[in-house]
Amino acid sequence: MKTLVMEEVSKTFPTGTVALTGVDLIVAAGDFVSVVGPSGCGKSTLLRLAAGLDDVTAGRIQVEATSTSYVFQEPTLLEWRTALANVELVGELRGVPKAERKERAREAFDLVGLTGFEKQFPRQLSGGMRMRVSIARSLVAEPELALFDEPFGALDEITRLRMQTELQRLFQLKAFAGLFITHSIPEAVYLSNRVLVMSGRPGRIVADFNVPWAYPRPPELRYETEFTALTGAVSAALGDHS
Amino acid sequence: MNKRPWYLRMLLSAGPMVGALATAIGLWYAVSYLVLSDDRRFMLPPPHQVIRTSLLDPVHLQPMLDALALSVRVAVVGLVIAVVLGVTQAVVMVQTTWLERALYPYAVILQTVPILALVPLLGIWFGYGFSSRVVVCVIISLFPMISNTLFGLQSPTAAAHDLFTLNKATRWQRLVKLQLPAAVPAIFGGLRISAGLSVIGAIVGDTFFRQGLVGIGGLLDIYTARLQTEDLFTAIGLASVFGVAFFTVFATLDRIIVGRWYGVVRR
Ligand SMILES: Nc1ncnc2c1ncn2[C@@H]1O[C@H](COP(=O)(O)OP(=O)(O)OP(=O)(O)O)[C@@H](O)[C@H]1O
Ligand SMILES: [Mg+2]
Repeated sequence: MKTLVMEEVSKTFPTGTVALTGVDLIVAAGDFVSVVGPSGCGKSTLLRLAAGLDDVTAGRIQVEATSTSYVFQEPTLLEWRTALANVELVGELRGVPKAERKERAREAFDLVGLTGFEKQFPRQLSGGMRMRVSIARSLVAEPELALFDEPFGALDEITRLRMQTELQRLFQLKAFAGLFITHSIPEAVYLSNRVLVMSGRPGRIVADFNVPWAYPRPPELRYETEFTALTGAVSAALGDHS
Repeated sequence: MNKRPWYLRMLLSAGPMVGALATAIGLWYAVSYLVLSDDRRFMLPPPHQVIRTSLLDPVHLQPMLDALALSVRVAVVGLVIAVVLGVTQAVVMVQTTWLERALYPYAVILQTVPILALVPLLGIWFGYGFSSRVVVCVIISLFPMISNTLFGLQSPTAAAHDLFTLNKATRWQRLVKLQLPAAVPAIFGGLRISAGLSVIGAIVGDTFFRQGLVGIGGLLDIYTARLQTEDLFTAIGLASVFGVAFFTVFATLDRIIVGRWYGVVRR
């Protein structure tokens, strides 16, 4: 089953900026696909189009998912709500009955390892914890397609590696299809079963790598020679087209 | 961190203020007795005379307190109306850009029009008593409410709006769950400014519209006309205390509410 299909998608902004040209992309159920590309090549635009936040200029997008979630580059929490209340927001907006939405928020909250921090306000949390809240919020919608826009870009290296392990556990557990934008090639390779490389603006998909290892992947995988060989190949493809 | 006992700390922090006050009173006496001759001393009667013949004399003080109470009412009513109008107008303007473009210039114009030019018109429309004083008060204190609320309503990031769009939020949900809560600190900031302005508005309104009970602004005029400088000084003092008290109430409210808003208790 194909969860997300993009065919010949182009996006030109009213300002005249051509962000994407002829993007073909398929995310099948069970896929976790990463997209790497130079800054400004249209990665966020690609994700916004997939989420329906913006319209394509040409081409077709088809989403077959009962629910789509989106994790932003910044945690994007409401500062006046406690951590748990931020997670409950999604249910409130979607009109989920109170008892059910509280239970679902609770579950997602515990799942990302935030138990005990319910009553903290975003300002009282570390960057990594805020991102966890943001991920928990995306999980309450029970997504079949989960979109991530460089969620770990602003985190320090140690937190980042830990979050990668957590995210891997989550999509194994929740079995959603993922489309993940990142700047980090090792992150893309470690998390995904496919890595797509985009060219500089206007963005196109210029390379498509299969990542062979089965999940769950141990953190040490990052130091294996096959792993570094693959990151090297992705890096080379990226270098050729930016 | 600070190991000094509290009374010493208080003395240290209040010290400069007390010092300035003492200096001012000293200067006051100096001008009263050294600069002004006997027949011109009424221009600046010495402090003890102001206190004895005016502040401590109920016959003089009572009308001032009555007038002050009236001005407080004008200021409070004016401020409440300004807050309701200001927040409402900002909420309306934030709905669409064309509404903002249509209304904002007039909010700015209302703020810049000299009140004096409006006095005759307000008199015809609202009479020369309480209502017109309130209207003046509203005109003077409205703008900070509009501009601050608008700024606050527009403060959520594009990503926060996307979050609401993705969850199919209605316009109403966006307003009450995103824009208004985000605007709370800005609204209280505006309230603090408007509170100060509403006091000025009440006193200015008083001096223009003199029908009915007299307010503190009206009394100032009367005392000036009668050269009752002791009473004039007391009235000015009372008006200032009123202004400071009003401002302090809202500044404190601002600190408490906004401090708690993000879960951080400021010290
Ligand atoms: N709303 C918009 N209006 C006009 N131009 C836009 C808009 N959004 C993005 N762009 C332009 O489109 C191009 C791609 O932007 P996009 O944000 O998708 O890049 P990106 O690959 O996500 O970059 P980064 O890695 O820095 O996040 C950029 O040149 C950007 O300036
Ligand atoms: Mg981006």
